[in-house]
Amino acid sequence: MAISSDIIPNNVDLDSNRKLQKALVAWQPRFLEWWNDMGPRGYQQDMVYLRTAVSVESSGWAHYDYVRMPEYRWGIFLTPNDPNRTIGFGDQMGKPAWQQVPGEYRKELRRLIVTQCDTEPASVEQQRLLGDTAPSLYDMRNLFQVNVEEGRHLWAMVHLLHEYFGRDGREEAEDMLMRRSGDVDSPRILEAFNKPIDDWLAFFCFTMFTDRDGKFQLGALAESAFDPLSRATRFMLTEEAHHLFVGDTGIGRVVRRTIELMAQREDRDVTQLGGIPLTLLQKYINEWYSASMDLFGSEDSSNSATYFSAGLKGRFGETNGKTYEDHVALETYRDLKWMEEGRLTNHEIPMRRAMNLELADSYRKDCSSALNRWNKFLEEAGLADRLYLPELSFNRKVGVFSEHDYDVSGNPVAHNDFASGCVEWLPSEADKAYVKSLMVPCLELGKFANWIAPPRKGIQSNPIEFPYVQFHDKQTTEA
Amino acid sequence: MESSFDETTISFETQPSDYRHIRLSVNGATARIELDFHEDGLRPGYQLKLNSYDLGVDIELADAVQRLRFEHPEVGAVLITSALDGVFSSGANIFMLGLSTHAHKVNFCKYTNETRLYIEDASEFSGQRYIAGLNGIASGGGYELPMACEEIYLVDDRRSAVSLPEVPFLGVLPGTGGLTRLVDKRKVRRDLADVFSTLAEGIKGKRAVEWGLVDGIYPTSRFADEVDNRLKEAAQDADSTLKGISLDALNPKLDAETGSLQYRHVSLKVNRQERVATLRLTVPSGMTDLPSSVGDLGADWFALRAFRELDDAILRLRFHYPEVGLVLIETKGDAQDMLSLDAAMDDRKDDWFVRETLLFMKRVMKRIDCTARSFFAIIDEGSCFTGSLFELALAADRIYMLEEEGVQVEWNASNHGAFPMANGLTRLQTRFLADPAHVGKLSTMSGPIDTDSANELGLVTVSADDIDWEDEVRLAIEERVSLSPDSLTGMEANLRFAGPETMETKIFGRLSAWQNWIFQRPNAVGPSGALSLYGQPASPEFDYNRT
Ligand SMILES: [Fe+2]
Ligand SMILES: [Fe+2]
Repeated sequence: MAISSDIIPNNVDLDSNRKLQKALVAWQPRFLEWWNDMGPRGYQQDMVYLRTAVSVESSGWAHYDYVRMPEYRWGIFLTPNDPNRTIGFGDQMGKPAWQQVPGEYRKELRRLIVTQCDTEPASVEQQRLLGDTAPSLYDMRNLFQVNVEEGRHLWAMVHLLHEYFGRDGREEAEDMLMRRSGDVDSPRILEAFNKPIDDWLAFFCFTMFTDRDGKFQLGALAESAFDPLSRATRFMLTEEAHHLFVGDTGIGRVVRRTIELMAQREDRDVTQLGGIPLTLLQKYINEWYSASMDLFGSEDSSNSATYFSAGLKGRFGETNGKTYEDHVALETYRDLKWMEEGRLTNHEIPMRRAMNLELADSYRKDCSSALNRWNKFLEEAGLADRLYLPELSFNRKVGVFSEHDYDVSGNPVAHNDFASGCVEWLPSEADKAYVKSLMVPCLELGKFANWIAPPRKGIQSNPIEFPYVQFHDKQTTEA
Repeated sequence: MESSFDETTISFETQPSDYRHIRLSVNGATARIELDFHEDGLRPGYQLKLNSYDLGVDIELADAVQRLRFEHPEVGAVLITSALDGVFSSGANIFMLGLSTHAHKVNFCKYTNETRLYIEDASEFSGQRYIAGLNGIASGGGYELPMACEEIYLVDDRRSAVSLPEVPFLGVLPGTGGLTRLVDKRKVRRDLADVFSTLAEGIKGKRAVEWGLVDGIYPTSRFADEVDNRLKEAAQDADSTLKGISLDALNPKLDAETGSLQYRHVSLKVNRQERVATLRLTVPSGMTDLPSSVGDLGADWFALRAFRELDDAILRLRFHYPEVGLVLIETKGDAQDMLSLDAAMDDRKDDWFVRETLLFMKRVMKRIDCTARSFFAIIDEGSCFTGSLFELALAADRIYMLEEEGVQVEWNASNHGAFPMANGLTRLQTRFLADPAHVGKLSTMSGPIDTDSANELGLVTVSADDIDWEDEVRLAIEERVSLSPDSLTGMEANLRFAGPETMETKIFGRLSAWQNWIFQRPNAVGPSGALSLYGQPASPEFDYNRT
């Protein structure tokens, strides 16, 4: 297939860029192969009501229509170029942003891009079986929307590898299609992306918490001195917002449905009615929140200092003029307490080494506002129950808290106490089996599975009762 | 910033039940050394994360290699692998280097280099072939260790790479023979080696095989089995009938006041004020003939015990006595005892225990060659520089010999091949590089040689009669310890290794010298040096002028 703007919408001058064409001639068919093998299983021939970005203008980045997923037009978009953009932080603050990869930062930039890029196809693989248990056509469509956009994020990052990293970049791009989530021989880079997401509560938690880590990583990369990376990630953020919406409202709808079911029983035991108890939801929150915290990396990190000094990766909102005043961050420290030699000890972390922690703080604030919305539902229903976020130190496998156990409130606990506390804090196998037992598909037009409430409104001013997916081989039941 | 630490707390003796960093297991003809470094190192201030190592780790590694040779001669192949997920070893701990004195860094490097060479020595001469199973990333020293093995296998998981990131990351060199082994041993093409050594992220998968950086790759699911098969194959020539001996602890007596050490056969008398120590080896009288099963002698056998003591004393000298600049080597005992011991060993050199002991003696002598102290051999009344012990005199920078009736030296076959130096030559060949025929002539001579003849034959630096002797020696000592210790270190290292280069001489001479230089330069250890700023918020600033 010839590579042209007809099949690959873009604003990177693909038609006259021989380097990119050469790379894509080989890569594009392999991408499609990968999508067919590893994309959503069983729905590739169906018509899905999807949003496609066809240009970066506000009129073009959200074009809605029915499309078969393999025919989705994955495009390459960068937020338009600002020729006067300067570096906003670190040792080279104020100098012009780089339009090419500086040799001395090649490895760091490559590593940042490759690590970010690998998560995009990974999540598609993790979620490939979810279509079979979709709680509604609306949710199924949202799942596929997230999936094709993660595919586009892969394109966006691969474009950077192809355009700026030469042969190494082409090899890395190829590896993106070779690794497989959960494969023993060729796993995805980050561990969190190697376990399947096989129930919808996990999917909502993933889009709420893990994708939100992605938002903050992308936000930090959007500050990068490497301008093409900044522009690529800024455009990805516009799409990412929808993924977070799916997670945030998904869990919110679970909460609303649970409230309804609680009202139906004296003892409030929603398991008798096939609902998801708040305690169980809390366990999922604990698990997904703590696992997502690990994705930020260590709270005290020399890599993060290198990235910041060099101007490769900033903080969230670094240059928005509101969040931060000091963009050099050489003189300040962050205090953090963790267990050392049996005592909770305060550590002064030089600010540049604490950039992961800074990013995680912004993330936590963002999560909290979703929590507040869900708790509002509870409050409005007159319930005293509240959902919460576990502390930073809870259940960590990465970073300064990984070497000791802490409870959800952040108190150090003995290993045995942690293990017994987990019954209360983290979903057990039985909990997960229960959630799985609720996962029955609901494909009736405008209907929703019993454990989740309908959304407030449909997609793009369409009604909730709308055939968001049209199956080629099975009937959507009319209400 | 370097900070003080009591180096005398370092012990070079350990045993498997005391290991904190590695696990040694023996299973028939094969053995495994699993790297699982405890985060607490020799001293506070750094953590040995990601299997990064310090001297304490290497002491265990060296102990394991030594014990496998003596305690498990039935083992034919040894696998070095990691117990961590995704990481084999990330090399020497950078924060440890930052905290250490220059002397500690240099001696640490030297010791680790010796351990790597001992691994190669075991593969080559002891029938214990080392195989590295890299089940995760191996960077810096973490790749240099595998390079000391005969074969390297790397897991092909699209993540695990081998790398030498010292130049791009730290502004120093791979100090444990990395660069030398790359081109000299593995014979990687120089331009590819150049690319590899500046590529911080290293090379993985197929290309690592193509470039000769590893010998094979296997996917995760097959890795353990394939490496295990290879290990068993490599162990095919092992002799299961061999029974090892057990190496006991040396436990020297330390005189807390003077710092002097007393072992069974060796003593180290220290005069801190004068910066001189006397290293004395005493041959016990009445050694019995070798029994039919030499192994029955066990670790008490003089030949083994005395050289283990000598080895420990040399290591302590390096780390515990930095102020001692000059070591006087003395031997005491009866020449006949040494001659018959040497003859018996030569006779039985095919016995595994005799072979291992001879190989060990060779290594100890090399350790002396590589020790940055001046050595003077003192040959006077009662000295026993005979046969293999004559080699200790030849290892010295100078030989002082008293002119007196009965004072003599004597050599035998052992001085003509049993103890080659790093350059591959005997100490006599190296000494008489200008006149190989002279070495031939010496080899035909036998019997005791008195001071006059020794002088004539070029075996003595200074001889003196009993009237001048004491003054002569005293003046030489005082003069020596007054000179710049740095220039002496450089001078001695230059003079000791005449003759051809080998991989070993390059590692010690060329690489260590460069490393020492780079380790002192502002670009590494200055306030804006790469090593100083490693892990710090600020980026290094180089003085870009080349020499
Ligand atoms: Fe994404
Ligand atoms: Fe996403």
